[in-house]
Amino acid sequence: MDVLANLALGFGVAFSLENLTYCLAGVALGTLVGVLPGISPLVTIGMLFPLTFTLPPIASLIMLAGIYYGAQYGGSTTSILVNLPGETASAITCLDGYQMARQGRAGPALAVAALASFLAGCVGTLLIALVGPPLGEWALAFGPWEYCALMLMGLVGSAVLAQGDAVKGLAMVALGLLLGLVGADVNSGQARYTFGVPELWDGIGFTVIAVGLFAVAEIVMNLESNEPRQVFTDKVPRLMPSRADLKDASWPAVRGTAVGALFGILPGTGPALSSFAAYMLEKKLARDPSRFGKGAIEGVAAPEAANNAAAQTGFIPMLTLGIPGSAVMALLAGAMIMQGLTPGPQVIAEKPELFWGIVASMWIGNLMLLVLNLPLVGLWVRLLRVPYRWLFPSIVMFCALGNYSVSNNPVDVYLCAGIGVLGYVLAKCECEPAPLLLGYVLGPLLEEHLRRAMLLARGDPMPFFTRPISLAFMIGTALVLAAVIAPALRGRGK
Amino acid sequence: MKPELRNSKDFLAGLLFLAIGAGAMVVARDYPFGTSIRMGSGYFPTVLGGILVLFGAFLMARGALSRQQATVTWGWKPLAYIVASMLVFGFLLPRLGLVPALAALFFAAAAGGREFFFKEVLALTAVMTAFTVGVFVYVLKLPFQLFPGLYFV
Repeated sequence: MDVLANLALGFGVAFSLENLTYCLAGVALGTLVGVLPGISPLVTIGMLFPLTFTLPPIASLIMLAGIYYGAQYGGSTTSILVNLPGETASAITCLDGYQMARQGRAGPALAVAALASFLAGCVGTLLIALVGPPLGEWALAFGPWEYCALMLMGLVGSAVLAQGDAVKGLAMVALGLLLGLVGADVNSGQARYTFGVPELWDGIGFTVIAVGLFAVAEIVMNLESNEPRQVFTDKVPRLMPSRADLKDASWPAVRGTAVGALFGILPGTGPALSSFAAYMLEKKLARDPSRFGKGAIEGVAAPEAANNAAAQTGFIPMLTLGIPGSAVMALLAGAMIMQGLTPGPQVIAEKPELFWGIVASMWIGNLMLLVLNLPLVGLWVRLLRVPYRWLFPSIVMFCALGNYSVSNNPVDVYLCAGIGVLGYVLAKCECEPAPLLLGYVLGPLLEEHLRRAMLLARGDPMPFFTRPISLAFMIGTALVLAAVIAPALRGRGK
Repeated sequence: MKPELRNSKDFLAGLLFLAIGAGAMVVARDYPFGTSIRMGSGYFPTVLGGILVLFGAFLMARGALSRQQATVTWGWKPLAYIVASMLVFGFLLPRLGLVPALAALFFAAAAGGREFFFKEVLALTAVMTAFTVGVFVYVLKLPFQLFPGLYFV
């Protein structure tokens, strides 16, 4: 079978000593930032990826991807033990996970979370392997119209489906698209919005935007909020769940995986929303919903499976279509571009060792995470004692150093500080930064494809609605918009 | 401007979007607009700027009309220290080298925190500087000077 041969190729790549090492480094780092609240995987990837340029593309992508899905494991640990979600995607796990810990069942809760995550990770990886290549082949036939319509759907979806206000999300997308245009225009060579700064000719650097928007703004937000750290026990009794626990948790884990896999592929939803949806589904299906919030094991298994499945399947649109569906995927797409690879359907065809190597490394990474998280859980928890006043100057250091080292130029650091101020003001006004980053990444692509589409059709916009695939994406966009506007209008009518 | 409007989240966000969108449109007037068939370099920025202006105006109106204001409280102090620490780092690194630049960054950033203990920051600076020099300069071979004129290689 073709998939098996390809997977064999992938495992061959992933099992090299170098790639195994970077995979381990990635998932360990991911677990670490997942455990520590206040550092998201997004920020970590943003800080570290300029420092991974010296690595070969496969190794760097394996490591960066590992940080992302590793954080989904780590985030559940603090949710259960400390009632403090390390990641937003694990916030819902606090409800029942922490209650289980208080009842002395922290061990089974942790084990079930890790096992459910592992199951979901395996299924998610398998889905990428099965769905990716046919989807990529299909996308090879896309013309500029299909790409424009797909990007439009992705951008609108990310703005509307993510947390926060839809209008602000759409405005952030437009702002991101504008920021992406800074620099020399590909078609005419015209310098746009460079204001006489020669460093801006190549555009605003990817790290500048990502780090400024997420890291700098986040640190400042953390510094001004006065949340005291909770005290916790680092003693975890009996780790293994009983047979009854496993029986109770298995179907919720399977359902959570399905929910997460679906949400991961959709733009804008990602792990956070999927874990919430999976929890709600379990509560609806349960014979006795009142147990939820009081230490129901289903309430741990389902969302943990969902967020990990979503983290994996989120790679599908990015790796096969070249269209990132979330901010982290936008970062990874940016990392690929910086490595000289254009994310898109041609990656599978032309660089099979890259695609399959990453897929295989994810499976290996999930196995490593199981080992890292279960026996070593005490070690991770002890790391929570590191006070934030030691952490944040170090994060600032990585931000500044990372930006400086992209082109050995202080201007990138200055720009990053400036974007940080912008990001802080926007965050204070409750504007989600993720749609902006997505717009920034897709801006030049969208303009390029739009130009081509209009040129080929002699200025006629009709092909967007007469070509069937493009029309389908347009209808999808309209449906997403309608889903938000309709309830708002109904609310006003009353 | 009414005092509560000045801190309304919707109004401020709208104002910011409106200003950036309008600015983008004004600057884009210098770029050839082209036609729908052959879009010039000014076409896409102008359209985007227009969209941003519309969204901004909508948010400003919503902020001004809504009775319940979600207002902002600013934390300028940590923002100022963090931004300053990055600026100082960028300024010092090519001039005085990595070690002085890192020391300046750590002290400036730490001053933006809730608590500041001199000895602790000093220890943190020493540990992280050693780590940076070890990992980034020695292992990854980033071409930084450590002190004025002193390179690792």
